[in-house]
Amino acid sequence: MSLKKKALTKSIGVFHLSTGSCNNCDIEILDCLTPRHDVERFGITLVGSIKHADALLITGIVNKQCRPILKKLYDQMPKPGFVIAVGTCSAGRGIFRNTYIVDEDEPLDKVVPVDVYIPGCPPKPEAIIDGIVKLIDKFNTGKGEKK
Amino acid sequence: MSHKVTIPIGPYHPLQEEPEFYKLVVEGEKVVDIDVRIGWNHRGIEKLSESKSFDQSAYLVERICGICSTSHPLAFVNAVEDIDGIEVPERALYIRTITAELERIHSHMLWLGLAGHFLGYNTVFMWGWRYREPVLDILEAISGNRNNYAMMKPGGVRRDIDENEIPGYKKILNDELIPALEMFKGAVLDDPVLGARLKGVGILSKQDAVDYSVLGPTARGSGYDIDVRRDEPYAAYDRIEWDVILREEGDVFAKTVVRILEMIESVKIINRCFDRLPGGPIDSMPKQVSPGDGIGHHEAPRGEVIHIVRSDGTNRPVRHKVRAPTFMNFPSFKKTVIGETIADATIILAAIDPCYCCTERLTAVNHKTNKMVYDAQKMIHLSHHKTWDLGKSMGFSDKELIKKMGKKIE
Amino acid sequence: MTREKIISEIKEKLGGKIKKFRDKSAGRVYIDIERKDLAASARFVFKDLGARFNTATAADHPDSIEIMYHFNFDRQALIVTLTVYAPKGDCAVDSLLPMMRGAEWIEREIHELFGVDFTGHPDIRPLLLPDDWPKDKHPLRKSCVLTDYNNEKAKRKKEGQI
Repeated sequence: MSLKKKALTKSIGVFHLSTGSCNNCDIEILDCLTPRHDVERFGITLVGSIKHADALLITGIVNKQCRPILKKLYDQMPKPGFVIAVGTCSAGRGIFRNTYIVDEDEPLDKVVPVDVYIPGCPPKPEAIIDGIVKLIDKFNTGKGEKK
Repeated sequence: MSHKVTIPIGPYHPLQEEPEFYKLVVEGEKVVDIDVRIGWNHRGIEKLSESKSFDQSAYLVERICGICSTSHPLAFVNAVEDIDGIEVPERALYIRTITAELERIHSHMLWLGLAGHFLGYNTVFMWGWRYREPVLDILEAISGNRNNYAMMKPGGVRRDIDENEIPGYKKILNDELIPALEMFKGAVLDDPVLGARLKGVGILSKQDAVDYSVLGPTARGSGYDIDVRRDEPYAAYDRIEWDVILREEGDVFAKTVVRILEMIESVKIINRCFDRLPGGPIDSMPKQVSPGDGIGHHEAPRGEVIHIVRSDGTNRPVRHKVRAPTFMNFPSFKKTVIGETIADATIILAAIDPCYCCTERLTAVNHKTNKMVYDAQKMIHLSHHKTWDLGKSMGFSDKELIKKMGKKIE
Repeated sequence: MTREKIISEIKEKLGGKIKKFRDKSAGRVYIDIERKDLAASARFVFKDLGARFNTATAADHPDSIEIMYHFNFDRQALIVTLTVYAPKGDCAVDSLLPMMRGAEWIEREIHELFGVDFTGHPDIRPLLLPDDWPKDKHPLRKSCVLTDYNNEKAKRKKEGQI
C-alpha cells in the first residue's frame, strides 16, 4: 500500500462542518466517539483544524450563508481527502428542498465532489461507521479514484 | 482516559477572516462587549410549513432542532388542538408525557456532557453521553428511532406503547439511570473544583430574567418561577404529582443544579406515567381543522416552546410561527458575560443551553484593534487551564486532577 | 389576581382603544388595537399587570401586515394577544424597546422577513438572512413563492429540455 494511501486510510482525521442542519446528524457523529461505539479504537479522530483533516464530514442543507464557508474549507483541505455527506439533508436536502434560503441548483454535490453519502434522518452511528468503512474499502480496492 | 478527544466545537479557518459570528470584545482578560450574528442554521421552516398539510408539518417541525424532537411537534399539535378544542384520548396524553420526559433526560444529559467538556472534565462528557444511550434505547423501542420520533399528531399519538415492554423500560430507568443520576449529582454538585468554577459565575438576576423574558432552567436558576407544565397543564402533567425545581442564585451552578434535579424528577414522572397508563385509543382522528387561531406551548428542556398556528379551514396552515426558547434566552448572554473573564465565556454561554451548533461560532476580539485574539478552541483551552489552576490552588495533586479531567493541562 | 380581574382591568384601562375583543377560551384572549396605542397598551400589560412577553407573530394580508404580541399570565394560565395592523403603504409600528428587552430579536426578524419598520429600534439590522439578500424581498410575504421543483421538472420535460 502506498504511503499516501496508508496515511489517508489508516488514521483518519475527520473535520466536521454543519451547513445549516438541525444538529441531529452532528450529535449522532459525536455519539460515534462516545463509549458505546467508540470509533477512536479504529483510529478515527475529530480534528480541530481543516489543515490536519483527511476527511470532511458535512451535514446540513448548504444554505446561502454556509455555502462560501464550505467552498473555502474544501479548498483549504489538503488533497487527497475524502468528502463524506452525512444525513438526508446533505444527500439531497430532504424535507427542506423547496426552501428559499438555498441556491436551488447547487446542492452539496455540485459545490464539492462527494465520495460517500450516508443517508438517514439521522443515520444511526452504526450506519455512519459502516459508511466510512465502505469508503475506505472502496478506496483501498482501487475502485474509488482520489484526485 | 489516556488519549485526547477533540470535539467539533472549534475554530474554522473562515472565522479568522470573518470574526463576526459570536464576537466577544475583550480588554485584557475581561469581556467588555459582545456582538452576535446568527442565521447559519436558518432553513425557512415557517415558510415551508405553509406548503405542508397539518399532518406533514408535524414531521417538518421535528427537524427544527435535533434534541427538541418531541418539543416542537408537541407544541405544534397543542396549537392545532387549541384552534378547535380537539379532544385527545387519555392514553395518548400519557404517552406524550412519557416521550417528552424521556427527551428531557437525554437533552439535559447531553448538556451535562458538553458543560463537562467546556470545563475540562472529559470524564463527565464521556459518562454523560454514555448514559444517554439507555434513554435513546427506550425511545427507539417506543418510537422506532433514536431521534426524530414522529410520535405526535393532531388528536393523539402515532404509536402505542406495548404493555409487555414496560417492565423492561422501568428496569432500564431504575437500575441503570437512577444510580447514574445519583452519581452525577454527587460527583458534579459536591466537587469543590467545579463549585469554584461555577458558583458566582455568569449571574443573571431575577429582575434581568424578567426583563429579558428568559425561559426554562435559565429562568428557574434565577428564581423566576415559570414552568408551562404546571402553569397551563397539557398532556398528563396535571394528572400526576411532580415538582418544579427552582434555585435563587442565578449563577451557572444554580442552572446546573436545576438541570440535574430535573432529570431525577423526570424519571419519577415517567415511572408514574408507566404505572398509571390507562387503556383506550391513542388517536381521536380529527377530520378537519376549522378556521381560527391556535396557540400551543410546551416546556422543552431549554424552556417554553410556543407555536402559533392559523387555519383557514383547508388542510394547510395559513401561518405557522415557531419560537424556540433559545431565541429568548440568548440575548441574556450579553448581560451575563460582560464583566466576566474569557476563560468563563464558554461555560456562561453553555449555561443557557443554546443549540449545540451555536457554541461553535464563538470568537473574542481585541476592543481596540478588532482583531481576533481567541477563537472558540482557544477559549475552551483557557477554560480547561482555569479549572486545572484552580484545582492546584485548592491543593489537589496532579494525579487527582488527571483523574477528574482525563489528562494534564499544560 | 384572577383571570376575570385581569380582563376587567385591561378593558377598563384600554377602554376605547380596544377595536375588537375576542374571549376565545379560558386561556386565550385576542384584542385588536390601533397602531398608535400599541406602546401604551403594551406598557400596561407588561409593566403594570406584570405579564411575561412571550413572542410576536406577523402575518401577511393583501393590504396590511398583522402583528400579534403575545403576553403570558403564567399563574392564571392566560395568553393575551394584542394585535395591530400596519398598512403596506406605511408599514411601520413603534418599537417596544427599551421597555421590553425580549422584543429586540423578534422585531429584527419581523423586519427582515415581512418588511415592517420598527421606529425607534436601536439596531434593526437583519438577524437571520445573509448579507447579500435583496433588501426588498421579504420571504414570508405571500408574494414570495417557494420553488416547486416537481412542477419545474415536469415543465422542462414537456418542453423537451430533459
